Amino acid sequence: MSVAPEIAGRDESEASASDTKALPKVQIHGLNFFYGTNQVLRSVTMDVPALKVTALIGPSGCGKTTLLRCMNRMHDLYLGNRYEGSIVVQPDGTDILDASVDPIQVRMRFGMVFQKPNPFPKSIYENVAYGLRLQGMNRRKELDEKVEKALREAALWEEVKSRLHQMAHNLSGGQQQRLCIARAIATDPDVVLFDEPTSALDPIATSKIEELIVELKKRVTVMIVTHNLQQAGRISDMTAFMYLGELIEFGDTNRMFTNPAKPQTEDYISGRFG
Amino acid sequence: MRPDLFHALQAKRASRRRSIDQWFRRLGLFLTLTTLGILGILLLNLAMNGLARIDWNFLSSFPSRRAGEAGVLSAWVGTLLLMMVTAGAAIPFGLAAGIYLEEYAPKNRWTDFVEINIANLAGVPSILYGLMALGLFVYQFQFGQSVLAGGLALACLVLPIVIVATREALRTIPSSIREAAFALGATRWQAVWHHLLPYSTGGIATGVILAMSRAIGESAPLITIGALTFIAFLPPAPWVDHVPFVSFDWLFSPFTALPIQMFNWVSRPGEEFQANAAAAGLILMVITLSMNAAAILLRRRAQRNITW
Repeated sequence: MSVAPEIAGRDESEASASDTKALPKVQIHGLNFFYGTNQVLRSVTMDVPALKVTALIGPSGCGKTTLLRCMNRMHDLYLGNRYEGSIVVQPDGTDILDASVDPIQVRMRFGMVFQKPNPFPKSIYENVAYGLRLQGMNRRKELDEKVEKALREAALWEEVKSRLHQMAHNLSGGQQQRLCIARAIATDPDVVLFDEPTSALDPIATSKIEELIVELKKRVTVMIVTHNLQQAGRISDMTAFMYLGELIEFGDTNRMFTNPAKPQTEDYISGRFG
Repeated sequence: MRPDLFHALQAKRASRRRSIDQWFRRLGLFLTLTTLGILGILLLNLAMNGLARIDWNFLSSFPSRRAGEAGVLSAWVGTLLLMMVTAGAAIPFGLAAGIYLEEYAPKNRWTDFVEINIANLAGVPSILYGLMALGLFVYQFQFGQSVLAGGLALACLVLPIVIVATREALRTIPSSIREAAFALGATRWQAVWHHLLPYSTGGIATGVILAMSRAIGESAPLITIGALTFIAFLPPAPWVDHVPFVSFDWLFSPFTALPIQMFNWVSRPGEEFQANAAAAGLILMVITLSMNAAAILLRRRAQRNITW
């Protein structure tokens, strides 16, 4: 597979801009993760830059989704999972793996969009409003404003504004996924985590979501797990290549795709395995 | 072997296999119709013997030594009160246990053990629940041979049905819905209360109705705890004309119920009492069948309204 043309098509000035050291939003340090006795992540250390799209790539089972789900402590929902190391969120410097930190607070700062669109069997409006309601927002006017804002940012407002109180399941798959994005950003999270958000969608719906993610980074930090290398090339500023639970290489997407430092990265990107 | 012979043999085998297939189709149809037929004959028989007896007097009269004047007032009121106690106890306990086991409990050997035993409880003969209730509710807790003791005995009997129905209804909700709620910062309780319970109401209600229709026809546990067979009075009303306007004295009243009344009439000599028994049986049957029909309708509606 070849990704070179898309990379070549990128604007040179944009590429050089993303080379400059951006402020880290999330600093992952020495992160080990265990499912029971099975170690899935091995001392992962990386700084996720603020207001950029960071892609996690690698073959199946490399730990990229596991890493993503560490960020909002989703692993806490299941027994026998254990973290070591630290994940520090800036600017406040909270280590979200610290025992004193409530995972529920963490999840309110990290929005998540899943592989398959998973709207609640409720109205479009209630889907977007749910996170706000959890945070204690009850006033109708405030909710209306926030819901509209989130739907506009998810590029869905024009399509649904006349039927906000219809069931979310009447929407198409791509619309449902944009609804899930609206639901995730309605509460103004610090970071939005995307777990292969387009793997269940057709190419047209996929390109809409991709445009949306690029648009989103103006105001929120994005981390995205993807199986699709071209997708990582198209939308991400930084790319992390993982293999067997280790972070092999992490750097500027352009540089990673054109001039990888590690032979494993080159083998994966050039399609020799994975 | 010559090819034409081979094909002839194949054709013969095929026709033999087809005829076995046909035979099973006919046998299956016959047995199905027989089962339905027996139920139909039973209903028809009850209706022929009892339908003439069912009128306003039958529903509003107490039992009597004279068959023609006897009615089921104390029996249906007793059944209604029993069901209120049974539902009031079995629904909260069953829901709580089902939600705990499905959403909260860790999956380990201890919960496996609990799970197997709940399945076992559903198979315990109902008379044993009666014995348990006699010892525990009637004597230990001093509830007496009352509506409360009877309702609780029936609640124990149907509790496993409610628990299993709750768990199955919760299990049909995909885990992606739970994760969506958790990812937005919901606690387990919020996920249950805002999402899982509303989305599984249809399934749970179906299970509850089936459990109640099982309880309504039970007589063994009630006889065991000493329900009376001849009661010519009603339990005290649940409302009173002085503060606090509600009264729970009815809980401690002696009672009878439709199956017991029916049992009493069946065991008496004389055509007319048999007609009374058939009429009571018909009422019971109609209640049970309409509860089951309601359960089926609910399940259909629940399935139609929610898609994942």
